[in-house]
Amino acid sequence: MNQISNYIVPIFVLFILLYALKHKTKIYDSFLVGAKDGIITTFHIAPAVIAMVFATNLFLNSHFLEFVFSFLNPIFNHFQIPISILPMAFIRPISGTATLAIMNNIFNVYGPDSLVGRLASTLQGCTDTTIYVLALYFGSIKVTKTRHALSAGLFADAVGILAAFFITFLFFG
Amino acid sequence: MVNIIWVSFIIISAFYMIITGNISLLNNEILKGGIDGLQLLWDMLPLLVLWSGIMQIAEDSGLLQKFSNIVRPLLTKLFPSLKPNHPALGYIASNIAANALGLGSAATPFGLKAMEAMQKDNQQKDTATEAMVTFLILNTGGVTIIPTTVIALRMMNQSANPSEIIITSLLATTCSSLAGLYYDYRKRRKR
Repeated sequence: MNQISNYIVPIFVLFILLYALKHKTKIYDSFLVGAKDGIITTFHIAPAVIAMVFATNLFLNSHFLEFVFSFLNPIFNHFQIPISILPMAFIRPISGTATLAIMNNIFNVYGPDSLVGRLASTLQGCTDTTIYVLALYFGSIKVTKTRHALSAGLFADAVGILAAFFITFLFFG
Repeated sequence: MVNIIWVSFIIISAFYMIITGNISLLNNEILKGGIDGLQLLWDMLPLLVLWSGIMQIAEDSGLLQKFSNIVRPLLTKLFPSLKPNHPALGYIASNIAANALGLGSAATPFGLKAMEAMQKDNQQKDTATEAMVTFLILNTGGVTIIPTTVIALRMMNQSANPSEIIITSLLATTCSSLAGLYYDYRKRRKR
């Protein structure tokens, strides 16, 4: 399985380059345009990232979670994962930046190759920020009655998060 | 919502640390708080820039367009209320293709145009149509083939195999999207 995932990125990149070559794209010029966009994007998200890393580090390092959810300790101990993962599951549909900050904290403390590190990676990669997307898209055309969009989105998130736990344990547990 | 999360994280932690006598840790966290955020950005930057460059090549060479042409026939089944030649379908296909390739900033304009095109046929302008709901379920599922940011941060934290989570993420995403579409299907059948 490790071998397969090692191939995905290189093949993806090679395929794009060969396709562009065949279609006579100005490859280097395109790259520079995109790379500049990447730098601009990073600057745009910088204030939010710094704000969220500050707040989540404070929160996780205060060990408030361990205090409030001490009754869940037997479950978390049984699966050998720290309780820091809990807010990540709940906040994922609301703020992608907050969960990014939590994931980074987990990497720093437990390492990306620990079970919880892999679980955090899968959680971060498996879904988009539902509530933000709904607000942006419905807001743009002034739709206020959104029917079952929110409930469906949150249901899908819940299934995705449960699936992330299950699949991570299956692959790496 | 994000406001509430941010403020409550800080206030709860501050009070809890004061009560438990951890005032020096609190003081330390506040003073050095910015450094960790900056470090995270610094860790993300190289791969994000490189990847944005490569994805721009994918866009300029017409690969994105090609990809959306492949997705499009599947969409007519998912959106029975839109005619096969409806302009929204083209935008939806481009949006899904751009999201899958991780081109978030290219995906959003396509998505907004899709919403606009669907709003034109809408009889009640303040109420979402069936097609809009289905589109947003597909969109929030967020099918990204290669989650670049996660891989970048795994790499910077000395992971032995940063890309090993691609397959687990893809599988989890698929479960999530199928669940959303099934929920939508059941809701539509009821009406």
